Amino acid sequence: MSIRHALLALLAEGSKYGLQLRQEFEARTGEVWPLNVGQVYTTLQRLEREGHVESDETERDGAQRRYRITVGGERELDRWLRTPPGATPPPRDELVIKVQVAVRLPGVDVREILQVHRRRLVEEMQRYTHLKAEADPDDIALGLVVDAELFRLEAVVRWLDAADARLRRLPATPPVAVEAAPSDPARPSGPADREPTESTPAREGARR
Amino acid sequence: MSAVLSLRQVSKVYGAGNAAVHALRQVDLTVDGGELVAVMGPSGSGKSTLLTIAGSLEEPTDGEVLVCGDDVSTMSTDAQARMRRRAIGFVFQDLNLLAGLSAVENVALPLELDGVGARAARAAGMRVLEELGLAERAAAFPDDLSGGERQRVAIARAVVGDRRLLLADEPTGALDSANGEAVMRMLRAACKRGIAGVMVTHDAQLASWADRVVFLRDGRIVDQTASTGPDAMLAGDVAP
Repeated sequence: MSIRHALLALLAEGSKYGLQLRQEFEARTGEVWPLNVGQVYTTLQRLEREGHVESDETERDGAQRRYRITVGGERELDRWLRTPPGATPPPRDELVIKVQVAVRLPGVDVREILQVHRRRLVEEMQRYTHLKAEADPDDIALGLVVDAELFRLEAVVRWLDAADARLRRLPATPPVAVEAAPSDPARPSGPADREPTESTPAREGARR
Repeated sequence: MSAVLSLRQVSKVYGAGNAAVHALRQVDLTVDGGELVAVMGPSGSGKSTLLTIAGSLEEPTDGEVLVCGDDVSTMSTDAQARMRRRAIGFVFQDLNLLAGLSAVENVALPLELDGVGARAARAAGMRVLEELGLAERAAAFPDDLSGGERQRVAIARAVVGDRRLLLADEPTGALDSANGEAVMRMLRAACKRGIAGVMVTHDAQLASWADRVVFLRDGRIVDQTASTGPDAMLAGDVAP
């Protein structure tokens, strides 16, 4: 989220004091993205230098100064609304890397690893959904932020499900021969463990 | 809270010998009144079998099913049917409402079928529609209701009277996310009133409405989330 443009958007509604801008920003984003005081005022100073906002009482400090948006600021806000979000290259996804590592490691039940992450993600989704369930259905700001997180987390769970299905389809033969440890010759190693095992019902029995 | 549904070491095998399919393997699941539990798993993991066995629509090959403390397997067929009618409500993806009956008449129907007088059944139907925020649609016929409203009426019908257990299979079906959310708010509200809910789904967003999510794989419960349900605070139950 660009703080610059969030501040411009708040000022597009009318002139506001610095402190007020900070409070409204936090309220509108469902208090999910807390700001520090310094960020608001340094950003306001920059916007003023660029001619996107102006303030009248220059002798007061940022918190007590009243700001308003300029025509140039309105133009900048409109440009930002229409610009696609950052076209940065995809980040190296740590979860994808973990699963790729797990697939190659002998003696690792990959599907159990997938399940560990699936549970953690669903627990996080429960927290967000319950937040939404308890909130006023008309709290648009909270709903928007929570939905965004839920869809993001859901996408990861769906990737885990797809990975699970992909691993199931693979033959149980390991791509590289892995010598079984002499002490435990019966233990299947490596990708053979992709087959459903009965060894790790993490929390068997559905009640604690 | 006391257990409304208990599955104890429930197994279900279809077919025999080499052709045997193990749909459920030694499943233990307990659901308390006031608690909504989601059962999540891919197609073929045994979700639907779990639901039909919990609703005594099907018998387990092995293990016990207790509804409100009573062992279903020791009941006569008549007693099972009576228990199903009185204690259990079902919500399926496209559970048909009767087109010739209004919303409130659809909701009251299970009570009337069970011998409750028309006036009393209608009053009970109206009460549950009010509690679930659908009172203004009571007189509407199914064709005049939106898809989301129809599904909410189906939930009202599933929880009318003294029902203790609500069993739902992908209850938001093909609804869009706003309507799906309205349905889930209502399902959650129904459970908050004290009913025990079990919902099977492959959808993580849907499952995240539940107090507890259990994961089914190859007919076996392999994992579950930490409970956030009514007992979680009392028991000091926290995520490991």
